[in-house]
Amino acid sequence: MKVHLTRRYHFSASHRLYSTELSEEENRKLYGKCANPYGHGHNYAVEVTVAGPVEPATGMVANLVELDAFVAREVVEPFDHKYLNEEVGEFRVAVPTTENLCREIYRRLKDFPTARLAGVRIEETAANSFEYRGETREVQ
Amino acid sequence: MVYLTRKIEFSASHLYHNPAMSAEENRRIFGKCNNPHGHGHNYVLEVTVAGEPDKKTGMVIDLQVLKGILQKEVIERMDHRFLNYEVAELQGKIPTTETVAITIWNLLAPRISGARLHRVRLYETPDLFVDCFGEAL
Repeated sequence: MKVHLTRRYHFSASHRLYSTELSEEENRKLYGKCANPYGHGHNYAVEVTVAGPVEPATGMVANLVELDAFVAREVVEPFDHKYLNEEVGEFRVAVPTTENLCREIYRRLKDFPTARLAGVRIEETAANSFEYRGETREVQ
Repeated sequence: MVYLTRKIEFSASHLYHNPAMSAEENRRIFGKCNNPHGHGHNYVLEVTVAGEPDKKTGMVIDLQVLKGILQKEVIERMDHRFLNYEVAELQGKIPTTETVAITIWNLLAPRISGARLHRVRLYETPDLFVDCFGEAL
């Protein structure tokens, strides 16, 4: 039987929502206080879901030590206590909304070697969450 | 279709050890979960059933019936137990969250009538959970 295993990770980072394709006024109108020039921060919670069969010898879909190390290297270490706009390459171009964070984190994790990445869900605050499961999958 | 979720908690101990592997291999793969004395968790189980509300009662499933099934199949079997040694369905298996979730699915699926078991979500800790939808591989 197939199962979906979800692990929650945490990092804190700052960002500023500002698009170079928009004027100063348009940015202020669209992003409001999120466009404040000095940026602001969040405690992000990231849920990483892998799916597949359970290996009979270990009872596992994915070894958690390996998954934790992979997510730490690919996401938590490069993102934690960073200013996303300046210190994470992709966000020098893309606006670091949580939508774009979901897609970037999915891209960084999709080649996890021992189980298939099924989705990434991010809570930016307790009230706002976003989920990405690749381009062809509906959220269940 | 309406989805109804009931949440229960149980506390249990377990350890991960595969006798077919060497002591060193067990330690390497299972880490501190291989501690021979075991360790425990407060498990949180969310059981979701799906169905159309009954015209007479307005219910997808009678919650009293569902509570009774969860009490008998999960709480009485697993609460305050050492999963490796005291739960017959887990004998000879590694009682990971994945395996316990599948075991709970297999215990509940045949007992739910009138509605369909949709999902078993088992939290081992707030940062680790497994979803089982009964999907074939």
